[in-house]
Amino acid sequence: MRTFWRAIPAFLAVAVVAAACGGSGTAQPSPTTASGAAANPCGIPVTGKCSSEAQSLSGAGATFPAVIYTKWIDEYNKVTGVQVNYQAIGSGGGIKGITDKTVDFGATDNAMTDQQLTDAKSPILHLPAVMGGIVATYNVAGVTGIKLTAETLSGIFLGDIKKWNDPKLATDNPGITFPAADIVTVHRSDGSGTTAVFTDYLSKVNATWKSKVGAGQTVEWPGGVGGKGNDGVAGAVKSTPNSIGYVELIYALQQKLGAATLKNAAGKFVDANLDSVGKAAVGVTLPDDLRASLTNSSNADAYPIVAMTYLLTYKDVADKGKALAMARYFWWGTHEGQAFAKDLGYAPLPADVLAKVEAKIRSMTSGGQAVLPAQ
Amino acid sequence: MSTAASAGVLPRVPARHAVSARRRARERTMEVLVGGAAIGAATLLVIILGYVIVRGAPALNIAFFTERPLPFGVEGGGVGPAVVGTLILSVLAGVLAIPIGIASAIFVTEFRSGRLAPAVRFAAELIAGLPSIVIGVFVWAFLVRGVIGHYAALAGAIALAIIMIPIVARTVEEVLRLVPQSLREAGLALGAPHWRVVLSIVVPTARAGIATAVVLAVARAAGETAPLLLTALGNLFFSTDLLKPISALPIQIYQYAASPYDDWHTKAWGSSLVLVGVIALLSLALRLAVRGRAR
Amino acid sequence: MLVPLTLAGITLLILLDALPSVRRFGLDFLVTSRWDPVHAVFGAGAYLFGTLVTTAIAIVLATPIAVGAAIFLTEYAPRAIRGPLAFLIELLAYIPSIVYGLWGLFVLVPLFRSEIDPFLQRTIGQVPVIGALFGGSIVGTDLLMGGVILAVMVLPLLVAVTREVLLAVPPAQREGMIGLGATRWEAISGAVLPYARTGIIGAAVLAVARAFGETMAVTLVAGNSSTTIGPSLFTPGYTMASAIANQFTEASDPLHFSALVEIALVLLVVALVINTAARLLIRRVASGPQGLVI
Repeated sequence: MRTFWRAIPAFLAVAVVAAACGGSGTAQPSPTTASGAAANPCGIPVTGKCSSEAQSLSGAGATFPAVIYTKWIDEYNKVTGVQVNYQAIGSGGGIKGITDKTVDFGATDNAMTDQQLTDAKSPILHLPAVMGGIVATYNVAGVTGIKLTAETLSGIFLGDIKKWNDPKLATDNPGITFPAADIVTVHRSDGSGTTAVFTDYLSKVNATWKSKVGAGQTVEWPGGVGGKGNDGVAGAVKSTPNSIGYVELIYALQQKLGAATLKNAAGKFVDANLDSVGKAAVGVTLPDDLRASLTNSSNADAYPIVAMTYLLTYKDVADKGKALAMARYFWWGTHEGQAFAKDLGYAPLPADVLAKVEAKIRSMTSGGQAVLPAQ
Repeated sequence: MSTAASAGVLPRVPARHAVSARRRARERTMEVLVGGAAIGAATLLVIILGYVIVRGAPALNIAFFTERPLPFGVEGGGVGPAVVGTLILSVLAGVLAIPIGIASAIFVTEFRSGRLAPAVRFAAELIAGLPSIVIGVFVWAFLVRGVIGHYAALAGAIALAIIMIPIVARTVEEVLRLVPQSLREAGLALGAPHWRVVLSIVVPTARAGIATAVVLAVARAAGETAPLLLTALGNLFFSTDLLKPISALPIQIYQYAASPYDDWHTKAWGSSLVLVGVIALLSLALRLAVRGRAR
Repeated sequence: MLVPLTLAGITLLILLDALPSVRRFGLDFLVTSRWDPVHAVFGAGAYLFGTLVTTAIAIVLATPIAVGAAIFLTEYAPRAIRGPLAFLIELLAYIPSIVYGLWGLFVLVPLFRSEIDPFLQRTIGQVPVIGALFGGSIVGTDLLMGGVILAVMVLPLLVAVTREVLLAVPPAQREGMIGLGATRWEAISGAVLPYARTGIIGAAVLAVARAFGETMAVTLVAGNSSTTIGPSLFTPGYTMASAIANQFTEASDPLHFSALVEIALVLLVVALVINTAARLLIRRVASGPQGLVI
């Protein structure tokens, strides 16, 4: 049955596609870059092509890390020829995808709940990939360097602070003349880990928020406009005057949008940057399953809204080739891939977290057998 | 469509002296108003196409068709996988839908004595009226979650096929009805069985009309987005495997339109231009073919 | 055989998946507007509201234009331009929904935000009562925008069906009036339109069905924000179809998923009812919407 279906595209590709596109329908394996070839081409660290691993993987989920994930995919394809298809449909989509097994791996910025783990078909691993800061990004003509306290930020998203020239904003920003314009809040229209982390923070710092809205991937917003994905929110903020939204740092950087300086738990105003984002994980000991919330860190120099974004996979993956391809890809991403984090506005994993991630990747099995060769 | 010929332009306004100035003014006003409405509606098309062409054309180059999308925020690359995906999805959906659509049209027109024929016809009309997102939900539940088990090109093609079947069925039905009854009777008089008459006489006579149906259906399916989001998912790479996720132009347009990147916006316009261009070429070819046949 | 079976399969499967939500919320699903996955409470009232408002705007804007255009095409236009003009309008139906969305998002939204919306607010917005329709802050992506895009999209369907209906009016109707000394418009308003009224209503009902389930274009321009039900058309809105498109692939909570499928069920039932009704209406006038498969 399966071979039959696979025969059809071959026919189509020849008859229709190849004619039009000059054979671009086939994968073009890149030159193997295996320098100092490892003894086992299918082991770790990943040095090149491995013929026994699946040559394509399908993943879906968070848009928060999509900028770096798509970069990894591009680079990883050059190294191994493996095609990792990642569709940034939102963290909710990542969790649903892995739960229903409609994709090979998922991705989310907030850990799955106990209930969700129970609903899943078999044990799921949370693999932290990178850390990132969620910034309140705004588009107010002529205004830069806005400072926000936890109270004003939640007030804006609750709809209590309706205008930019509200006295509460003025108090924290003595040097800024705000327009008398209505504030347009932009939030996510899809199930989002970024939303979960953002609302987790607001719930921690504001009791009204906690009781009225709460924290979750999709919450009942008191008002505003919805955008799909981190990119959708950034797009909406960029095109809507007097708006404010929340996105991963890189999306604000790429668009040259303002990102508010936030007052952290220690009472200090902190910019979101690699340093302040990384500080949020200092002194935090992750539990065994690596699920943790890093928001509202008590560390004096830490940025308050920080998330560790996760890759989600089943601990045991029946398809051996896929299991190996995933283990190798995750290994590469959490090692070689970390080098791309800095340029893209993410913070690399701290060493202690990485050690735990390595152990998790090594624990992946296929039909009960370890996927990666023993050390 | 026999009424089309009989309802001609109304006679001119009665002789001037018979009509008061007020009535004449009213007549003029209404003529201008309805004319404006018609021209306005047609102008809308010109405006939209104008935007698609002007904003889309700069995006088109070789790389646009041959390269795959680059990482978020990186300029360059192309939407090759989406172009290939749309071709595969449309062709496969057509292969699935066209025979079924034609068969059901034949069933409805040629074997109408049965009680089932009206039911088939009605069901086709109702499916045609369903929002495409609802068909997407169904295919997700039935195939993506069920039979296939994951997002796959095949699921996308089947969703498109479900949308195409009623279009093919109803258009072909209209065409078959136009085949003169005398042709059928002649066949039957020669002693041919009913099915034979249908296959060897009725269907070949209606060939051109059937081609129309096919083009209509393909044009419609190529632009569908909502059901594909729930079934084909999208793919960053070139893929021809029907059991893997696949990209398509409408999905690409949706993703790029909502993004904050100017380069992607341009590519969204470019993708729209390609999509609209293909559909326009199809319908233009169809119109020429039909006209050629009429002469 | 496959065709009725497919329809039955669609209905059955959607019904099954919607069942948990139907059982849990009953009628409240349609009349309450709290859509709160955090607390697992789902009421699609706001989505229903958004769908009804955008659809209403579309029909109100498009029907007069479409009827006017159809009258021009059947009664006034010189034969030479009839075909080409009708063809151009018909072509609007071939533009994919997503392209309308793209055009709406990058062309209409900025135009409305900076020019048309402020103008409406300055003028009609000052009138008591109906002014409330144009109150509040201007965002650009809102219910009005969703309605405008839908109006453009249903236009070709409305023109095509209305034209069929007008062509089916017997010439004797017009000739009688003309013979009595009526002008063309008097003949149209006195004889043609009354005769075609039922059919035109049928066309509008078909357009309602189309607008109701339209997804992508509205998703891009209507704002996708569900919480506020208010009088202002400048409020960002959310339609039922958009809710499915945005949330379906990521509703990881089973009840959230079921609630979304129930929205699909509502769309399905509405589409079945409306299409049946509209076809009965049109059939009473014309012999059927022939050749009309847009």
